[in-house]
Amino acid sequence: MSSVELTNENRSAQFRRKLLVVTSYTFLIFISIVSLIPFMWMVLASFKPLEEVQRLNPFPTVWHPDNYISVFKQIPFAQYYFNSVFVAAWVTFLTLLTSSMAAYAFARLQWKYRDHLFRLYLATMMVPGVVTMIPNYALMVKLHMLDSYTGLIVPAAFSAFGTFLLRQFMLGIPPSLDEAAAIDGANHWQIFWDIIMPLSRAGLITLAIFTFMGNYGSFFWPLILIKSESLRTLPIGMLYFDSNYGKQTNLIMAASVMNIIPLVILFVSTQKFLVKGIQLGAVKG
Amino acid sequence: MNKSMKRSDFWSAMGFLLPNLIGFLIFTAGPVLFSLAVSFSNWNLERTVPFAWTGLENFIDLMHSQDFWLYFINTAYLMIGMPLSIFGSLMLAILLNQKLKGIVVFRTLFYLPSFTSGVALMILWKALYNPDFGPINMLINTISHDLGGSIHVAPAWLLSTRNVLGLRVESVGLTIRQWGLGARDALVIMGIWTAIGGNNMLLYLAALTNVPPELTEAAEIDGASKWSLFRNVTWPQLAPTTFFIVVMSFIGGLQGGFDQARVMTDGGPAGTTTTLAYQIYTKAFEQFQVGYASAISWVLFSIILVITLINWGIGSKDLNY
Repeated sequence: MSSVELTNENRSAQFRRKLLVVTSYTFLIFISIVSLIPFMWMVLASFKPLEEVQRLNPFPTVWHPDNYISVFKQIPFAQYYFNSVFVAAWVTFLTLLTSSMAAYAFARLQWKYRDHLFRLYLATMMVPGVVTMIPNYALMVKLHMLDSYTGLIVPAAFSAFGTFLLRQFMLGIPPSLDEAAAIDGANHWQIFWDIIMPLSRAGLITLAIFTFMGNYGSFFWPLILIKSESLRTLPIGMLYFDSNYGKQTNLIMAASVMNIIPLVILFVSTQKFLVKGIQLGAVKG
Repeated sequence: MNKSMKRSDFWSAMGFLLPNLIGFLIFTAGPVLFSLAVSFSNWNLERTVPFAWTGLENFIDLMHSQDFWLYFINTAYLMIGMPLSIFGSLMLAILLNQKLKGIVVFRTLFYLPSFTSGVALMILWKALYNPDFGPINMLINTISHDLGGSIHVAPAWLLSTRNVLGLRVESVGLTIRQWGLGARDALVIMGIWTAIGGNNMLLYLAALTNVPPELTEAAEIDGASKWSLFRNVTWPQLAPTTFFIVVMSFIGGLQGGFDQARVMTDGGPAGTTTTLAYQIYTKAFEQFQVGYASAISWVLFSIILVITLINWGIGSKDLNY
């Protein structure tokens, strides 16, 4: 092989690499635009006067940040915000507590019927939510928990999925750690709290984010449970805002923007954990 | 660990398990059994009819109800975007699996629709699809007008029973094939936009980074083309991920469609966006026929179970799980 041929080959390889980079960026940018356009329309529409929403000009002729204030004047949006965050925070706290304790029992302790019971937990994860929804609703009626924060929080606080996820994390912690602590005279509670919990931090954070998000956006359960306006969460408030004031597209879009902003902030600030958590291969929808 | 420790573990385990187990029994396991029992009754929340055990009556009624089959077809229809969406997720993952500057930014942008999905985005899409004032149709009409065509070519989207498969809606007397773009297609398109850059893409991305580099390097040295590299090396390595995604997508898809129907279409037009999940809701919480609704939910569960088992059967043959 002569040296001339070699440089030619190098050049064509270099050219091909450059072509690949350019094509890749073209696709990356194109897809980003497709995924962003609806959001851009939403944000721009939220700043337009109503009659301009129906026109194709992308930018408002006069910017109307006061649309956002109008939302708060027309509906108790701050109350919806509070309800969603309050309920989601409580459910997240209780889920982390109950799931991590159960996961400890499943992952770190030896007892009879452990694997049978765990299989039962797994099996119920395949049951569609609508199957349990009706009996749970009837139960709420019986317990007088209809139309209450308790009714929104308590049934959501026991997660088979959370138990499963944290169990997977805890199985990865070397057993020698608890054995050493047990020899030093630590009881199970101390081992759980001082050794296992700190080492499961990544799993706990992942579960916390997913539980919080899931309940912040939860729709079906609050829809059937909540009757009074003061207890509506964001999705329910948005639904009625849209069906009662549906013609005010600019205000509806302002409300939608405010609805998703906390999610965007949460995502950008926690993406490292999230991406890892999902990639553990266990997290669904 | 010695024997005495094992024995004492049982009560400790119960202590740790109990808070979760009690909730699990009350809000999950109990309701599953309760729901099964109720599906054999005529239980009505408004007590307009006296309670009675009716055996298989609900299930027989269902099988003979034209509506049920329409809703079953709708549920399946909304899943036709699945292969495209899964394939798209893989393509995006391959695109992101390169050492390029700014790749994390692109990943974030791709993931945004799925992360923010929910009622707010459905309300947004409802506005985008508005046949008269929505930006999609205004754009279509403007382009069509500029090309000298009619300004009435744009689809009515969420208000239309048309569909790309031309399915009829016989239960409301639409016996002519409904060619075109309509509500179901609109939901499919929205679904693809939401899901394509979501969790499936991240799962594929993780799987791609786990493909041993020796494998691809060896194939490259052998002079394999990009396509044959993908077909013979990467794709088989991704099989477990694809399998997991397909199983989860079926489970999710079969019980899906509720939020869209409630927020965007009320299950219409002519019931064409009512899925089984939405039918269960309307039966139970609008018509209070709880027994009947429970029966539908068990039929749905059975379908999910059968399809998951079939998937496992096919998947395990190929994968040696």
